[in-house]
Amino acid sequence: MASHSELNSIAVEVAKPPEAIMQEIAEHKGCGTSGGSGKASCGSAAGQGDLSPEIWEKVKNHPCYSEEAHHHYARMHVAVAPACNIQCNYCNRKYDCANESRPGVVSEKLTPEQAAKKVLAVASTIPQMTVLGIAGPGDPLANPEKTFKTFELISQTAPDIKLCLSTNGLALPDHVETIKKFNVDHVTITINMVDPEIGQHIYPWIFWEHKRITGIEAARIITERQLLGLEMLTAAGVLCKVNSVMIPGVNDKHLVEVNRAVKSRGAFLHNIMPLISAPEHGTVFGLNGQRGPTAQELKALQDSCEGEMNMMRHCRQCRADAVGLLGEDRSAEFTTEKIMEMDVKYDSASRQAYQIKVEQERQEKVAAKQEELAELAGEHSDIKVLVAVATKGSGRINEHFGHAKEFQIYELSTAGAKFVGHRRVDLYCQGGFGEEDSLDTIIRAINDCTAVFVAKIGGCPKDTLKAAGIEPVDSYAHEFIEQSAIQYFKAYLDKVKSGEIVHVERGDADIRQGAFVAA
Amino acid sequence: MAFKIISASCTACSACEPECPNNAIREKDGTFIIKPEKCTECIGYFDDPQCVAVCPVENTCVIDNSYPRYQAAG
Ligand code: SF4
Ligand code: SF4
Repeated sequence: MASHSELNSIAVEVAKPPEAIMQEIAEHKGCGTSGGSGKASCGSAAGQGDLSPEIWEKVKNHPCYSEEAHHHYARMHVAVAPACNIQCNYCNRKYDCANESRPGVVSEKLTPEQAAKKVLAVASTIPQMTVLGIAGPGDPLANPEKTFKTFELISQTAPDIKLCLSTNGLALPDHVETIKKFNVDHVTITINMVDPEIGQHIYPWIFWEHKRITGIEAARIITERQLLGLEMLTAAGVLCKVNSVMIPGVNDKHLVEVNRAVKSRGAFLHNIMPLISAPEHGTVFGLNGQRGPTAQELKALQDSCEGEMNMMRHCRQCRADAVGLLGEDRSAEFTTEKIMEMDVKYDSASRQAYQIKVEQERQEKVAAKQEELAELAGEHSDIKVLVAVATKGSGRINEHFGHAKEFQIYELSTAGAKFVGHRRVDLYCQGGFGEEDSLDTIIRAINDCTAVFVAKIGGCPKDTLKAAGIEPVDSYAHEFIEQSAIQYFKAYLDKVKSGEIVHVERGDADIRQGAFVAA
Repeated sequence: MAFKIISASCTACSACEPECPNNAIREKDGTFIIKPEKCTECIGYFDDPQCVAVCPVENTCVIDNSYPRYQAAG
């Protein structure tokens, strides 16, 4: 049961000296994939996985780091840092940083003062808002004054809000001390390579020591600065996550090496994201036809890195100025104009009451899963299946098939139910983009799944799914996802054993181009 | 000559503003502009014009031929 003190420690964050935490990171060996013990989800779906308690304590309410937190807590980004010091082939600088947010979207640029007011306004209206991030467009550390001014203003008024930033790492070594000073507890570095030969195909140029530098030389400087910055953060006791963009044929195989390099330097989480690339984004990769990975290619790479360290599976590449919980973007309520007129009173009491409730729900969910897992203990089978889940959050199967904007994908085996990612789909009920049959789009997005769990589904899509070999399951409506999935899997194994059904491997699936946005 | 910014292609990213050694660049009406009388083409400071080197959009910071060439003192 969550206690008050546990929640307080999030706000105050004085649990352990940083050296102790970093020691834990160093000792942390990552997630074993071999365990049949029900060690399932690696800091994502089930929560703690085998992250150390100190790191879990730090990240459990962070919607970007914990899948279940994503349902209960909200983060927001403010775009205060538009300038950048490097050029990436997956980015078109007319828009937001294509890596940290969504290509083709322009976030509203704010001054540090406007940003601070916006954060307080949002946090007062949405008690689950616990994290403020500064990411794209641009690089926060290429705009250090604006970035740190924003942090300063927020930490004065709302010290319980966690601060995080994302950077390309070029300027990082120069700012580690300031990052430490503002008690920034998570830094994300985007590291796409540790080999300049590969880097030259990702970064056309950088602006470095008053010069534009190109080619291998530029890539060499980037990788040196990134790894130095990561080492310095680790030494300073600041949690550091690494993002990598998977670019098939460019760095896909190499990312296993990147994974090793960043793990050995103390990164606590590695998030491999698919390249988002379409000609209309106007990026170099988009224009020269560089494709992104398929769902199975991405999963295979994440799986191969998982023996090494915690992998993050639930990143939706949200837009940089999104506000709100999973599946809802409330940014329209918080435009600069509206915020400047608001009379903001920061109310930490109601925020805390909400967070206590969330904590209880989380405990219930974990208990339900443990019970079910115990039943699976005696089973042995090599069969693994993927299932897609329509959910609105709270870890339950509570979304209508036709209303789902995305499906959560779980991998079921005798080890339990493991969250392995998301598939975005268009709103089937609203007719999608009109360029293709949207039910078709959904089937392509979850084509590697054996079943889809929904709260409700109409007769027609049910038949089409069945014809495509995907079993629609509505018998677990409003139940906990993991508990239901394990139950389903047990029944599945029984049916395979009795010969009632034949287990078939499913094919590959598409990754929808464009970041998750629910507007 | 001084440098000028082609406002139609400027993304208003602000990267050039702090790099200018002469404080010649500022924001105006949603775009950035160079005050020609302040621009030295970075002569006396850097080998390359800083606004050109940092700008993410090619051919946005360009020579303004309508303005007389900067004369280094001496
Ligand atoms: S060329 Fe140099 S001096 Fe002139 S505007 Fe650009 S940065 Fe400033
Ligand atoms: S760097 Fe280029 S795009 Fe950015 S503000 Fe300056 S002129 Fe405009």
